[in-house]
Parts: sequence; C-alpha cells; structure tokens
Amino acid sequence: MFLINCPYCGERDQQEFKAGGEAHIERPKQPTELSDDEWAEYLFMRKNIKGVQFERWNHAHGCRKWFNMARDTSNDEIKAIYKMGEKPPTQ
Amino acid sequence: MTQNLRVKSSEFIDETNRISFKFDGKTYYGFKGDTLASALIANNIHLVGRSFKYHRPRGIMTSGSEEPNAIVQVNPNSNITEPNARATEIEIYEGLEASSQNCWPSVNFDIGGINNFLAPLFPAGFYYKTFMWPKSFWEKYEFFIRHSAGLGKSPNTRDPDIYDHRNIHCDVLVVGAGISGILAAKNAAKNNFKTLLLDEKNELGGSTIFEANEDNKINHNSASEWLKKEINELKNIKNLEIKTRTSVAAYHQYNYLLARENLTDHLVKKDKKNKIRQRLLKIRAKKVILATGALERPLIFNNNDRPGIMLSSAIKKYSNFYGVACGTKNIFFTNNDSAYESALSLHNKGIKVEAIIDIRENSDAKIIKKINDAGIKIYWAHTIVDTRGYKRLSGVSIMKLSNDGTSVTGSKISISCDCLGIAGGWTPAVHLYTQSGSKLTFDENRKIFIPKTDTKEQISVGSCGGDFELDEIITNLNYKLKNFLNINKTDFEGITLENDHETSKRNIWLLPSDQTIGKTKPFVDYQNDATAKDIKLALREGFRSIEHVKRYTTTGMGTDQGKLGNMHALGIIADTAGVKMGELGTTTFRPPYTPLTFGTIVGRNVGEFFDTFRRTPMNDWHIKNKAEFENVGQWKRSWYYPKEDETMHQAVQRESKAARQSAGILDASTLGKIDIQGSDASEFLNRVYTNAWSKLAIGKCRYGLMLNEDGMVYDDGVTTRLGENHYIMTTTTGGAANVLGKLEDYLQTEWPELDVYLTSVTDHFATASLCGPNSKKILNKIIPDLDLSDDNFPHMSFKEVLIDKIKCRIMRISFTGELSYEINAPASYGEAIWQKCIEAGKEFNITPYGTETMHLLRAEKGFIIVGQDTDGTMTPIDLQMDWIVSKKKYDFIGKRSLYRSDTMKEDRKQLVGLLTEDPNIVLEEGAQIVSELNQKPVEMLGHVTSSYFSPNLNKSIALAVVKDGKSMMGRKLFIPMENKNISVTVSNTVFYDEKNERLNA
Ligand SMILES: [Zn+2]
Repeated sequence: MFLINCPYCGERDQQEFKAGGEAHIERPKQPTELSDDEWAEYLFMRKNIKGVQFERWNHAHGCRKWFNMARDTSNDEIKAIYKMGEKPPTQ
Repeated sequence: MTQNLRVKSSEFIDETNRISFKFDGKTYYGFKGDTLASALIANNIHLVGRSFKYHRPRGIMTSGSEEPNAIVQVNPNSNITEPNARATEIEIYEGLEASSQNCWPSVNFDIGGINNFLAPLFPAGFYYKTFMWPKSFWEKYEFFIRHSAGLGKSPNTRDPDIYDHRNIHCDVLVVGAGISGILAAKNAAKNNFKTLLLDEKNELGGSTIFEANEDNKINHNSASEWLKKEINELKNIKNLEIKTRTSVAAYHQYNYLLARENLTDHLVKKDKKNKIRQRLLKIRAKKVILATGALERPLIFNNNDRPGIMLSSAIKKYSNFYGVACGTKNIFFTNNDSAYESALSLHNKGIKVEAIIDIRENSDAKIIKKINDAGIKIYWAHTIVDTRGYKRLSGVSIMKLSNDGTSVTGSKISISCDCLGIAGGWTPAVHLYTQSGSKLTFDENRKIFIPKTDTKEQISVGSCGGDFELDEIITNLNYKLKNFLNINKTDFEGITLENDHETSKRNIWLLPSDQTIGKTKPFVDYQNDATAKDIKLALREGFRSIEHVKRYTTTGMGTDQGKLGNMHALGIIADTAGVKMGELGTTTFRPPYTPLTFGTIVGRNVGEFFDTFRRTPMNDWHIKNKAEFENVGQWKRSWYYPKEDETMHQAVQRESKAARQSAGILDASTLGKIDIQGSDASEFLNRVYTNAWSKLAIGKCRYGLMLNEDGMVYDDGVTTRLGENHYIMTTTTGGAANVLGKLEDYLQTEWPELDVYLTSVTDHFATASLCGPNSKKILNKIIPDLDLSDDNFPHMSFKEVLIDKIKCRIMRISFTGELSYEINAPASYGEAIWQKCIEAGKEFNITPYGTETMHLLRAEKGFIIVGQDTDGTMTPIDLQMDWIVSKKKYDFIGKRSLYRSDTMKEDRKQLVGLLTEDPNIVLEEGAQIVSELNQKPVEMLGHVTSSYFSPNLNKSIALAVVKDGKSMMGRKLFIPMENKNISVTVSNTVFYDEKNERLNA
C-alpha cells in the first residue's frame, strides 16, 4: 500500500486514490485525420515496463484531482509526482 | 501410557494453576503457561497427526509458528470449530478441546496410512500425471481425494466472534521482542521516537530469555538474567507500546504492515464473552526494525519424520521454558555447535542424553569439553542412515560419512532412543523483509540468504540479519541503531560480552544413506510429504525454475509455507543441477506470514456493515406499502409492490397495465444527477455526447448517449438546459459515479481550457415519476396554476414550479412511452411530494410500480438499458440508434472509433426484437441463439438480453443481440434450451405504440 503525496492535499494512503493508466498520452486533436492504425495506437497501445513508468493517478476519495506519477515498477518507488500539464522529470 | 514428563519447575509456568483440556476426546492436564504442544509432550504424547499424502504418523516438531505437523482442529465438536491451528501456538485454558486432523478413523489407526506402503505410486507430480487421465474419471478421483485428504474441517455456521481493525501510526515499529528487538525498541523510545514493539509469543525475550548457556555472558552475568532486567525497565519508558500475541502477517510497500493481535484465544470461555477476539493492526511506520530472529533447520535424512524427531532448539525450549522433557532417552544429530547447548541443558536437568551425532570432523568449541565431562558420547563425522519406530521413534542407525559427504562407510551402529533433536543450522527469518520488496543476497560460506541492504526506512537486526553470536549481535545492533535512528549513543554501548565462537562448519543438504535414494524417505516438506527424491525426480523430468519445482512437488505449499525445508529444497536442486544456490534465487515469500482468519481480515465489515446501503427519501413509504426491494449498485430500489398473496409475476402484470391504462408512479431518485455549469457547458456536452447540444433551447430536455473512446455505449440519460450556462444531466443509477469520474478526467486532463464545473447532486433531489394517460390530471390537481397544455409544457421540456412553497423541477420526459412527468423535489421533501402525488392520484387508482415494471414498460417500447442490453461491445449503430449519432459534429468521445474497420462491419452483433412462435413462452435472459439446430459445431449468433411477458400486448417479447440481426427481420431462429428448442422470429425492437402517439395522449 503506497503512501502517495497528492500535490494538492499532501501524503495520503493509497486507498484514497485511483490509478488511471499510462500518462502523457494526449488525445489527438483531429481524430478524423488519423488512419485506423494511428488511432489504434492512441486507443489501445500502452507500455508495461519494468523500471520507471509514468502514470496518471486520481485522488478519487479526496480532492478528485488528477496528477502524474513517475513510479519504478520494479520496486514501487515513487520517483516523482507532478501536476497535469507539467513536463515529466528527467532523471 | 500417560506419563508425566514434567521435569523441573519453570519460572514461565504457573504450577499452582492446573488446567484440564481434551485432546482427541481424552482429558489431560497441563499448567497455565503451557501451549497445547508442551502440555501434550508433558503427557508423553508426540503423535498428533498424519501427513497429507502418505498419512504417516507425525509428531510435534517445533515450538513455534513454523510447525508443519502439529496442526489441530480446535473445538472439533462445535459448528464454529477452527481448523489448521498450530498446537505449538495454542495456549491452553480450562475447557480447551482439540483433535488431530487429516486422519480417519483416528490418529492411532488411520486407513489412509496404506498410502504409505503404496508410496512408490505417489511420486512428484502424481496428481498431475494420474488424475488427468482418462478425463472422464476425474469425478471418481475427486471423490477419493476429497475423502482421504484434507486439512481439517471448516466451521458450518457464522463466526460469532467480534473482530476489529485499528490504524496505528508510529515512528519506529520493532517486529520481534528477542534480545535485539528489546534493545532496539528501548533505545528508540528513549530517544523520543513513538515506538511500537510486537511479538507473536505471549512472553518477551525470544530465545535468550530461557537459554541456559553459561558461556554467554553480558556484564559478567548470564545473558538471560541481564535481559530480564532490561525487560523490567521497559515498563517505565514513555513512547513505547508493547503488544504480545501479535503476529505480523504482511509487510507492504512504504512501511505499511498488517499484524494480528490475538486478544482472547488463551482465555476461558466465560472471559472470552463479548470481547474482541482478534484485532487487525494496520500500521504505517516511519521506520521499521525487523528483529524476527531465525528458524532452526532440520536435517534431511532417511525417515526423518517419525514422531519424536524434533528440532534441537525446540527440545531446549520445552525443557528450559516449559520444564518438559521431550523424551527419556535423547539423541542429538547436528552440523553445528548449538545442539550441544540443547544437550547440556537436558543433561543439567537430569534428562538422559544418549549421544550426539555430528556430521563434522570436530569442533573446538568450549562446550565440547563439558559434553565430554558429562559422559555423553559424540560420534564425529557420522550420519543417521535410518530411523525406527512407527508411531514413536524407537531408535536410529548411524554410519560414518565419507570425506566428500556423498556416501557412508564402515559398519552400521544402532542406538535406541525415544527422542531425536536435529540441528541443521539456522535460517534467518527474512520473510517479512522480502515481502517489503527488498532483495536478498546469498552468503555462500554460511549457506544463508541475508538482507542485501538496509535503508533509511528499514533495517534487519539480530539473527534475521545474519548475526548469530551474542557479541556479533550486540555490536552490530549498536552500530546499526545509531545510524538508523541518528543518535549518538545507545544505552547498551560498552557492555562487556563473553561468548563462544563456532569455527567448524559442514553443510550437507541431503545426507546419504546406505540405501539408494529410491528406497529412502528423506522428507523436505513434512506437511506436504515432499521428499528429496521427489525434487530430484522433478529435475530429471526437466523442471529447472525453483518456482516450477515448488509447484510440481508441492514443496513449501502447505500452511507452514515450507518455513523449515525451503532451504534444503533449494540446496538439493542446486547440488543436483550443478548450479550455485545464489544463482538459483529463492521462492517468493507471500503474505500472510502465518495464516489469518477471515474474521480478522474483514473486522467489523460484516452483515449490514459489509457494504454501504443507499436508500431514497421515499424509502419509508415503500416499506410501509410492502415493497420488495432489489439491489441496484448500492441502492435499495423498490422492485415491485405485491398485494396480498400476489406473486412477483402477478404484481408486475398488474402494475404494468395500470401504468398504461390510468396512472403509475415510480421512485426514480436513484438516477445519477450531475449539475453542469460554466460558459463552455454546451460545448462540453457536444464533446461528451454523440448528438448535438448547442441548439438546445433553455427549458428543453434531450436524451443523450455517451460512448467510450472505443466507440462502445457507456451510459445514457436525459439532460435538461436550465439556463444559458447551466444544465442538469441524468445518468443511469449504476453508472453515476463512473460518469462523473470520466467527465472530470476529460475536463482536467484533455480540455482544461473549458470553463465547466461539475457537481454531483444525486442525493440532493428526490424524483417521483408520474406516468400514464391520467398523469396530467393528477399533476393538475397538485399544481393547478401551471398550464399543462402541450403548447406551454410539451414533451421534452422543463418547468420550475412551487409545490406548497417547495421549489421543484418538473421534466416532461418518458421512459415508458406514456405521457409522463418527473417531479424533482429537494431530497428532504421527497416523501411529502410523493405522498401528495399518491393522494391526488387516488381517484385514478394511481399504482406505485417498481424497477421490474419499469423494465417491462421500456422493453415494450424497445428502449435500451445500458448494462443489460449492452455489454461494452455495442456501438450506437449496433443498437440501431444511428439517429442519435451526429454526422455533422467534428468530434465527440468515441466518434473516430465508429469508423474503424471493425466497428463498420455490417454483420456485427446487433440489437433486434424477438417474438416467440408460442406467445406464452417467455425466453430466458442470457439464452443463446442459433439459426440451425442440427449443425455441429453450431454457431452462436447472439443472446437474449431482455425478456418479459407483456400484459399490454398479451404476448412474450424479447430484445436480443444477434449477429447481422438487422438483415434478419422476419427470420426464424432457435433458442436451444435444456429440454426443448424454442422457435422465435426476428422483429423490430419497438413492440408497442411505434408511432409514439401515447406520449401526447
Ligand atoms: Zn488531493
């Protein structure tokens, strides 16, 4: 059970949060211009890496804000937490 | 047979407090402080169970939670009996009853014992190999397995005990109250850290407290006396909370640990009453100090499992702590110096030790001289090649080991004994450490896995960290604590330490016998009857990964999770496969460390507290009017209102007719309601619904369909424009929370530029839905001032009105196809408004109806229910709802997916109506649909999603999803059922009032 530092509320127990999958996948601005393959890439393809992964999290039972997390999936270490719209930290 | 093996009064046992208990139906006596195991041994009972596969007689082997054999059924005659309790952990109390498990008809005569003689037929992977063939025989095998195997019986009534949860936040958590844990906790608390110290035993002090080793001295005193003083001082320390009988079950990330505090299991029945039995502690610690100690290893040799064969350290604990001799003629078998301590302990208490068999060539430890002085014979470089005695050990045969340790030489010596202490060295208890995600490293020299790293948040001290000797433990503890707690000095810094050092080592994972391995039974996992032979067989058959060997041989898969034998299994695999143990890795230790009852896990969340119930403001009225309820998400919704002895079918038929012929009323309060405001509210709705919203006039309502980005229908509902920048959206009852979450997600992450605010107002409004041709007259009686003409208040529009000065919103919308009004009142006036409708409707025989009638009425009209007629694979096109998908809008959620090659296929499963050939047959929802009856394999075309008998049409109607259904209008299909095939015809989805004339009736 992680201890997650919500950028708006501070450190809270993981059970207050909802995981929202891979971060930094922007919804295409002009979906109709995309080929089936390009659209499928956006819609279905997600990374599942061993190592630092960028994820979306939502403080569902708190402020309900979405934010991003860089988490090392090999040891669950949370490397960074940053707000929506902010650039991922470079290591 | 009964014999008193209590040898010497012990300070840990209260001999003035005699306790009677029953085991296997017979009454015995023990003392306050005894465990069931120590009390049984005092009565000279070692045979307490049978092994799982071969039903071999098994005795008590350990003195703690690692016990593989002495697994008993507590309160065997009660229907709240508890299986799989370890006799070594049960503290006896007056009235305790326990019995052996896994044996029938009794532990002394067990029919399954015949498996022992059939053992050659039960090799590794036996279950996989044998019972899988022939397939049709499985049922017979299963019957056999279930009756002869099994670990205890489960209780058959509800657990009457009270369980509890508690959250704890502390600065320092110390797990284990042996010498390291006590010193660590004391120093943490003294330095102002809020400290919690836990131990699974009922006494503090670990194994040091009862050791009688004169060579271990602290400040020139015996280590145990010194530790007793330290424990005494704990009472006066602030910031320190101590919990005994508390076992840590799990260690999760970020120092989140779960522990079970046992509060009443050791109490007599009357003191247990109305008390919390066990409490789950949910601990979030800033720092964790693991001081979990080490588990003694057995030795793996032929027939090493007979009752009377025990761990050397357990024999020492039984004698020193409980004052009980485990045998009258004892032998020790060892590969290290610790067995000599046990032997000397017994000898000093006047218990006979016949011999010590040591696989090493020699040892220069000081204790050897004392053993020699005591006249105990030591057999150096010998090993046990076989043991005797079926229900109790009666002797061993030993032979000299070859220099390389792989074979035996010379002649066989036979020694009789009734107890054998085995000492195979020590395994650091790193289970919790690895659960936390930390990695181990293998110490090739000492053949142990030890923690690889300490961190800022976690350290391992004492023997769980790989320190076994007193000076090493204390010196390293001092150093580690200072770093970890960032303190200058500990209160035990500078104490003088004296102890012996072990210099001679020899480790042989599988000891040789004079017989070939095929003829021997060297048990590695006692509980699951896995032998070294099985492991070697698995390797011969090609298994290489330790995790695969474990599953194939079932090594380490019992309730003890192989705490004793896992290292030997690894060692034997490494030796056989010719690899290094460090390269092999180890199996994963998973929570819980020791088994937990379900009661502890669920705590107070049972019965009515299992989940949250949501009830509408009109709930009391429904109960008064005898409604039956159904669960919809967390809501309790009125299902139907049976009159007198009406069946559900009769009630629903009556309610459905009334709603179409005169007037019905439905509690629709549970529908999700989201208040949407902001200057971009219209644009927002354009993006989330498939249809267009910009032109919706203020005061008008519109039905909307929401898709997932994959183009599949996600939710639906009516949204009303209350003002220029103000809408109220309704969602399905079950989808409300998810829809809000999804909308917030898009607003925050994809469209942060939109000026839109969302508020869930589901609980703020109560909704009474009036329906039927007389609904207008009823509403007119309630609000005479409101012009209800179709011009002023047409279908799909909204009015804000006052009813008895209460501000209400009325939407003229319909989910039944009838003229219909939804009155939304502030929740606290919900029942009053409902009551008002009922009163006003009396003259029209207004009929309250529940969800079942609602479903039937909408099915007559072919209106879908998301989640019933859709399942996450249906597009609006599949639902024949093309009309609601805007072609003009550039984009909305899911639009692009509707143009994928797959979603555009003509022959997808599509929603259609089905009419049965016999109008009285009502189809089963979920039934499969085929076009051919005699074809094999037959293609499943789809399934029935909704099905009812329509009283208004006087025939059976159904909705179904059928492959290429749109092109099948009028075609005959079949529904094959167990006893008959039902003929159906594909139809339009709208069965009733196709022209929607009744909306304005
Ligand atoms: Zn927050």
